[in-house]
Amino acid sequence: MNEIAPGARLLQTEGLIAGYVPEVDILSGVSVSVNEGEIVTIVGPNGAGKSTLIKTIFGLLRPRAGRIVFRSEDIAGRKPHDITRLGLSYVPQLDNVFPSLTVEENLEMGSLDRSRTAEQRQRMYELFPRLGERRGQAAGTMSGGERQMVAMAKALMPDPEVLLLDEPSAGLAPAFVDAIFEKTQEVNQAGVTIVMVEQNARRALTMSDRGYVLDLGRDRFEGPGKQLLEDPKVAELYLGGTARIDRAEAAPE
Amino acid sequence: MEAGTLGPGQERTMGERFAHALNRFSEAPYVVKAGIGIFLLDLVLVLADRRPDSVGEWVLLLAIFAATVAAMVPLERRPAATAAVVLANVVAILILYHGLHEVSQRGINGLSLGAIYALGAVGLTLVYGILKLVNFAHGDFLTFGAYMAYLVNVTWELPLVFGLAFAVLTTALLGIGLEKVMWGPMRGRGAGMLQLLLMAIGLAFVIRYGIQFVWGTELRQLNVNRTDTVNFLDLRVGRTQLIVIIVGFVTLIATGLMLRMTLLGKRMRALSDDLDLAETSGIDTSRVILYTWLFAAGLAGLAGVFAGAITQLQPELGFELLLPIFAAVVLGGIGNAFGALTAGIVLGVVIEWSTLIVAPGLKLAVGFVILIIVLIIRPEGIFGHARTV
Repeated sequence: MNEIAPGARLLQTEGLIAGYVPEVDILSGVSVSVNEGEIVTIVGPNGAGKSTLIKTIFGLLRPRAGRIVFRSEDIAGRKPHDITRLGLSYVPQLDNVFPSLTVEENLEMGSLDRSRTAEQRQRMYELFPRLGERRGQAAGTMSGGERQMVAMAKALMPDPEVLLLDEPSAGLAPAFVDAIFEKTQEVNQAGVTIVMVEQNARRALTMSDRGYVLDLGRDRFEGPGKQLLEDPKVAELYLGGTARIDRAEAAPE
Repeated sequence: MEAGTLGPGQERTMGERFAHALNRFSEAPYVVKAGIGIFLLDLVLVLADRRPDSVGEWVLLLAIFAATVAAMVPLERRPAATAAVVLANVVAILILYHGLHEVSQRGINGLSLGAIYALGAVGLTLVYGILKLVNFAHGDFLTFGAYMAYLVNVTWELPLVFGLAFAVLTTALLGIGLEKVMWGPMRGRGAGMLQLLLMAIGLAFVIRYGIQFVWGTELRQLNVNRTDTVNFLDLRVGRTQLIVIIVGFVTLIATGLMLRMTLLGKRMRALSDDLDLAETSGIDTSRVILYTWLFAAGLAGLAGVFAGAITQLQPELGFELLLPIFAAVVLGGIGNAFGALTAGIVLGVVIEWSTLIVAPGLKLAVGFVILIIVLIIRPEGIFGHARTV
């Protein structure tokens, strides 16, 4: 099921260094790569820099050093609305819908090509029938799971090549977690490359082609999703809890 | 021992008693709270006016009270509808005491004021919602517009229509220019809300005293017809005032439709909801911000000309309007354009109605008493949404 997709390299970071506050690096040299058609999951303890990595790729944070290459073009330092036009889309973890806008209006905000808005929106209603039923409802009045669907549909409106998901299952009811993961796979099968950060690491790695374990702002492990899950060191260091790698390494074997 | 019970010999202070009573009150069923609230409101209205002088009036008052409370109960979670019912209660009592004619007459006077508030409030609320900038200079945009119209209309002796167009255009350009040279670069350097606020206050003084430098402090008048009136249904309204009401409402409706129907309008609302999300959704936010300034300042210029046309020009014209405009913004739910629009009109009319009871010089104070009471009951404003987390 999880054979490595043979697609070409689509997105890559090289030695990425970034942070919010001057002189405090959250990412201290992250190199990850994503091939066309893959689902790549980034896991790691709290504060490892997972969300920061996605935000930096998407231009919300200016990298201090390193490159972000999308289709052989360096996109580091570009503004998010430019990056969207290149074929990347991003779903933030929180506040990912416009609360006072209706579902329909939210989707329209995601569209980059006016002439295709109606057609794309129809496709989203087919993918998420629940949104079609509630197209006139203000997004802020919907449940967490429904909002996550609006956010995902909004991000898919421009027909992106790569979808970046920041903790899509965070804070959702179990039924919605299933639905969101199912939709993510469905979207991937339709040809969209997925990069996601997930706390629900076991679930996410199971459905991923490859995964990265991030800790203290560096990529520590890389491998097919299943393999990472079975790796005893990864399991001990991360999947079991929030233990940090340096602490574990310092401990006697 | 149960927490909060008092042992023998202990006594509650006044403050504790009050806090205790308030707590008990907030836990009471909605119908009790609504009943007490409306009772107090009606009591104030009656005491401020006069005691009913016949049994019939007493019965009508009681009927109005009961009908209001009954209407409020099913609307517990709908603040806008509740506000409408409370307003209807006030109107009913005013009609009972002063007659339909007087209430309508004052209401019409209030509409022109309300249109001015609403035109000012829409822009102010959008600018706040999008840029988190409390634009203290917004009132002075109104003054600027009024004096631009004066320049064309009185100095150059052209018809007011040209003055109006010129005012809207120049004020809009002022808004864009300030964004380009001041607000944009400041945000780029990471200025926080407080810095921006202080700059806005400073800018307000610069515009106000700039105007004073050129035109002085004396009262000036636009060349408008101040004597003709239009009569209909036994009501009387000044010709200029009627024009203000008509043009103002047409503009407000167009504004509402623009925000609801056009892509640019939806984008403005999207930015006002969440600027970062708009940026990551692929919206060119700096362009939408420029349009927002164009729009907010242009409407402010229009409102300024209207205010100048129905009153007189002086350098503090807009600053004096800024406070009720702020009140409309807050009542409408900060950042909510439709809320600001509605609240502006309602506030104008209610302030004018209050002159049936209090001296006209106090009418602004009434507006703020309303604001304070609404904020105590509902801090997010009547049309605001408490954000769900």
